[in-house]
Amino acid sequence: MQATSVQPNIKIPLWRVRLRLAWKSFKANWKLFVHNPIGVIGLVIILIFALMALSHPILMKYVWEPRVYDPVIGYDMEIFVHPSPPSAQHLLGTDPLGRDIFSQLLYGTRFSFILGISSALISVIINTTIGAVSAYYGGVVDMIFMRLADVVTMLPFIAILVVLSALWEFTGFTLALVYGLLVGFGGNSIVIKSQALSIKVKPYIESARASGGGDWHIIVTHMLPNLLPLSFLFMMFTVTNAVFAEAALSFFGLLNIRMSWGIMINTAQAAGYLLAGSEYLYLLLPAGLAITLLCSAFYMVGRALDEIVNPRLRER
Amino acid sequence: MKKYILRRVIQILITLIIFQTLLFVILDAQPGDITNLYLTNPKVTPEIREQMRVVLGLDKPAITRYFQWLGNFVQGNLGISFSNYPRPVMDIILERAPRTLSLFLTSQLISFVLGYFLGKQMAWHRDTPFEYGMTIVGVILFTIFTPWFGLMMIYLFGIKLQLLPIGKFLDPSIWRNVEVPANTLFYYMILTAAIAGIIYVVINLLTRKRSRTLRQIIRLAGFVAVIGLVIFAWKLTPYGYLAGDILKHMILPVTVSTLVSFAGTMLLMRNTMLETLREDFIMAARAKGLSEHVVRDKHAARNAFLPVFTNLIISIPFALSGGIITETIFSWPGMGLTLLQAVNLEDIPLAMGTLSFVGVLALVAHLVADVAYAFLDPRIRYQ
Repeated sequence: MQATSVQPNIKIPLWRVRLRLAWKSFKANWKLFVHNPIGVIGLVIILIFALMALSHPILMKYVWEPRVYDPVIGYDMEIFVHPSPPSAQHLLGTDPLGRDIFSQLLYGTRFSFILGISSALISVIINTTIGAVSAYYGGVVDMIFMRLADVVTMLPFIAILVVLSALWEFTGFTLALVYGLLVGFGGNSIVIKSQALSIKVKPYIESARASGGGDWHIIVTHMLPNLLPLSFLFMMFTVTNAVFAEAALSFFGLLNIRMSWGIMINTAQAAGYLLAGSEYLYLLLPAGLAITLLCSAFYMVGRALDEIVNPRLRER
Repeated sequence: MKKYILRRVIQILITLIIFQTLLFVILDAQPGDITNLYLTNPKVTPEIREQMRVVLGLDKPAITRYFQWLGNFVQGNLGISFSNYPRPVMDIILERAPRTLSLFLTSQLISFVLGYFLGKQMAWHRDTPFEYGMTIVGVILFTIFTPWFGLMMIYLFGIKLQLLPIGKFLDPSIWRNVEVPANTLFYYMILTAAIAGIIYVVINLLTRKRSRTLRQIIRLAGFVAVIGLVIFAWKLTPYGYLAGDILKHMILPVTVSTLVSFAGTMLLMRNTMLETLREDFIMAARAKGLSEHVVRDKHAARNAFLPVFTNLIISIPFALSGGIITETIFSWPGMGLTLLQAVNLEDIPLAMGTLSFVGVLALVAHLVADVAYAFLDPRIRYQ
């Protein structure tokens, strides 16, 4: 009877209360995040790369002529000697095959972004599910997943991917999937599980069970939301590693993809322009710097988030 | 303790079997078999190919072959390389593993010491421009695209400044008339380094109880003396200049992998040190009136050391992952380059052998880390 008499006093629907609470905690966390310049620098770099990735299809459609500026099959007939240094038509010059480097760079940005984020998403979904499920059920389920994580943790990923590329043909999509699976069953789930264990013993889980909540309901509505900050943190680090792995594999020529930053470096290096002197550095610099900057941007954001999520690193 | 080690060894054996099973599945999942190499050869008829399959045991069911493969693995037989036929895979691995390990261990050791001290300073000076600057430098070095970084270093030191060789393990023009195989010399070099390292550690242990300044002077003098002794001993042998040649080829790869990996240790050390600085015993140490550098070096840094040390041990199997990149860039004929070449030539036994070697190494490293923990941290008790 008590409960029904309180009910009419709340006029706003529940979802708006939840939204407002989420907004409030976001604002508090944002303040913590902005306090650390490292994270802000990383975020700005990521935003710049995101704009670059978005601009490529638009530029191809409205500004650039596909015949000249296509990242893979384009060729500029008006320049006789390729590679050509940066000019007004080609902001970063052209590569040994007469293709525009700036266009390749933008195309590679889109590819790396999609690959990094999709493999990170796959891995995080698996990690979080494994962590929550094995903490909640324990026993055999827990043992199987944790021993599997032990084995996967000791695999040298790039070496494994190199071997796998000999057996299967990797495209961007399959690489993202395989990498996501490898990380997903790996060591991150151990950390998420230990966090989930500390959530499992909280009183609200107990009260949810007492009021008749099923296993799945408790995992999805009570445990997962509390694991998400940690998962998000691991996602940032996974993006870094996935972008790096893709670039390394395509640098070795083991991927079946159209164009990526690794291929750009490979093209310049395989044609021997490294030994040719400093006037050809424009072939090597853009792609290498782009990979490094994108990787470190995600890593910086991850570190800044770590200081918010990990209570032991907090100053306050 | 003994019981614990025994249990860990059993666990490791189980993990190893799982790992080997995974490898076998990957190996077996590839379409076709070795007889497919002869598909285009008119002299090898389908009957002969069938005969080959019987001789090689490929007609047996997968489960039989699986146990055969496990049995061979236990006996140290990893099969025969396709690309270096008829050399056994084990032979190739034993030839190339020391090169990778020496490269990797040297750079790991340097980067560990560097990362430990810089990370300590970073945590100590939290939220200062020094810390932000070091974090950015550290993150960039940690995430830098290693192949590109290697190429840039080759460009700078090998081509622009002409200071160092741009790749390879040795200079063939110096080695032309030498009877000693390079590998033998290389083993002796590793032996020398190990002996020198042990002597230096003993010096450090003996001076532990001395006062701060005296200790530092003795350690520095000992370091210089050991280095001088090693150089002198090698000068006495007729092969000193050859060892110098190998060393000269090592500088650039070691520098690159050190720069790439020290940042990881540094950032980790900073985080663990920040965690220990919040502990109560730090406040107690300060309250006792101990000087700041004693609190920092003896109370905080020593306790932050453990996770960083574990990380060092666990990262040993990644010698191969990192090795693929550095060795390819510098044409250093070690395990990583072997793996990449094996994959490019579809030499599956060699690729798998390399991987299972690394797997065993990783498992042993994990065991060593666990046991070392008990010695380093007396709070840990194994039942």
